[in-house]
Amino acid sequence: MLANNLFAKTIRVGQRQAIKTIQQGLLLAVNGDTVMVEPGHYHEKNILINKSLSLIGINHPVLDGEHKYEIISIKANGVLIDGFKIVHSAVSSIEDFAGIKIYSCRNVVIRNNILEDTFFGIYTQYGVNCTIEKNTLISFSKEEQQSGNGIHCWKADSMRIITNNITGHRDGIYFEFVTNSIIWRNISEKNLRYGLHFMFSNHDSYISNVFENNGAGVAVMFSNHVKMIHNYFKENWGDGAYGLLLKEISDSYIESNRFVKNTAGIFMEGASRIQLEKNVFEANGWAMKIQASCMEVKISNNNFMANTFDVGTNGNLVLNTFNNNYWDKYEGYDINRDKLGDIPYRPVSLYAMIIEQNPPAMILFRSLMTSLFDKTEKILPSLTPENLKDEHPLMKPLPL
Amino acid sequence: MKKIIKYVIIDILRNKIVLAYTALLLLISITIFNLEDNAAKGLLSLLNIILIIVPLVSMLFSAIYVYNSAEFVELLVSQPLKRRTIWLSLFLGLAASMALAFFIGAGVPILLFEATATGFMMLATGLLLSVIFVALAMLAAAMARDKAKGIGVVILLWLFFSIIFDGLILFILFQFADYPLEKIMVAAVALNPIDLSRILILLKMDVSALMSYTGAVFKDFFGTQTGLVLSFCVLITWIIVPGWLSLRRFNKKDL
Repeated sequence: MLANNLFAKTIRVGQRQAIKTIQQGLLLAVNGDTVMVEPGHYHEKNILINKSLSLIGINHPVLDGEHKYEIISIKANGVLIDGFKIVHSAVSSIEDFAGIKIYSCRNVVIRNNILEDTFFGIYTQYGVNCTIEKNTLISFSKEEQQSGNGIHCWKADSMRIITNNITGHRDGIYFEFVTNSIIWRNISEKNLRYGLHFMFSNHDSYISNVFENNGAGVAVMFSNHVKMIHNYFKENWGDGAYGLLLKEISDSYIESNRFVKNTAGIFMEGASRIQLEKNVFEANGWAMKIQASCMEVKISNNNFMANTFDVGTNGNLVLNTFNNNYWDKYEGYDINRDKLGDIPYRPVSLYAMIIEQNPPAMILFRSLMTSLFDKTEKILPSLTPENLKDEHPLMKPLPL
Repeated sequence: MKKIIKYVIIDILRNKIVLAYTALLLLISITIFNLEDNAAKGLLSLLNIILIIVPLVSMLFSAIYVYNSAEFVELLVSQPLKRRTIWLSLFLGLAASMALAFFIGAGVPILLFEATATGFMMLATGLLLSVIFVALAMLAAAMARDKAKGIGVVILLWLFFSIIFDGLILFILFQFADYPLEKIMVAAVALNPIDLSRILILLKMDVSALMSYTGAVFKDFFGTQTGLVLSFCVLITWIIVPGWLSLRRFNKKDL
């Protein structure tokens, strides 16, 4: 390896160089070499990299797939792709063509690229210890069927997805069978389906990402040991759109996230052993919808502010605990001045239950009659689940 | 006509009840905005006032005023004046003073503390509701000769629009829960100016919740430019139709 590095050479490719095409450059290179590409517009069909080398673009040379080819295919370990503008990959409903595709290899780094109008953006299958950072992916998809995902990882391990910007794909980031990986400081917005789609992926973290205005928000399904920290879920609007959808998730942490203006902040189904702490729920339609199939979900020290409904549920069975949250709709008192309310708060209102059963009843929301209903229900709970309550709500919001 | 309107307004102001109503609204709105720590809750309390107190006061006061000025109206009728002019002046005077009371009492605090889309929608619907319920009260007053009966009708009308109508809607929703009722509900709402105003305000206040399935149907209608224009047209129809009916009745009435 050392010997390789000592004798490594740099090959320059460009209009004014002896080597005019990247394909030629790659042919001349051996393991450990660097291929520098000067600015220009390159129509190189499919660029296959099967040597461990660095392919570096100067001032974002354009690699054009002419809507016919997969642009870069990586089939060697330790490849670096840096600084290209990759446009117009092939679109197919049979094969998953991508802007950059990593096939079963390790230690690949893809950074500082701009991908425009690609089917899939950056695609990894059987990748290990790869880094995808500082890329911008823009697609102009109209329909779910004819669009690919931005960053797509399938059967991968130890991936790092850092500071990417993803717009207009089907799913911004897609993880399936990916383990021990981190998704950090990405911005995923205006994607057709999910900002982040997570399936069968255990022991992963996603931290400080922004998911805004995606078709259906973020979905985390059939996974365990997932950490979701400090993310921002914003303006995911529509029926079946959630800030965060949790389906069959267990042993996970959801901490210090912000859920703002979503139709439902979090929707949980079949979730178990989850800790929800220090999150802020603001101006959502429903801050949280917890189906009766969830158990041992601990919800504590969160702020619930200006939500139309705080919590919605579909049954009377409650196996989850609410504790020490701040609810702006709480009307209790604190006589002993320990900053905790003396009477429990019931976050499920009668009308939320009625709407769950009969959605068109939303038309009567906030009318005099429904306010009377809610008031009587607070005094004599009958329809709302008896055990769904915060025994010690906070009197003042937490500084989150 | 101007002279009569002027006289009506001066008379109403001398009455002091409208002044008290203005002061009450002002007091409530300012307390609400100052006491609540977040503006959303303040607006919510104000919503209830607009939907409950404004129609009640507008209606009761107008009905009582019309009955009390029966002698004045008789006097005017003996003059060379058209009945139409007299009735319209009375209506315009009442509508102007109720709308003005609402504007000073609730509108000014809204503009000061909460000049947002929700605030403007509240202001617009509040003004329209004031006028609508003046028109309804005048219809009731024109129909019933007896004062007690007229005021009873007015209170019943208020009860109907603020509670009974919603109760009926809820009943229908549950009885016919298996049928797609969303579109029918949109039409049904046009039959009650209070509900229509409430939904127009909700669309600004609870956008996120209204984006769920059924909500989307409402939003697709009321949220669009056409829907908004149409809604306001319906509200204005609620002024014109009762006003016109009461005028027709008054024209034929044996005083």
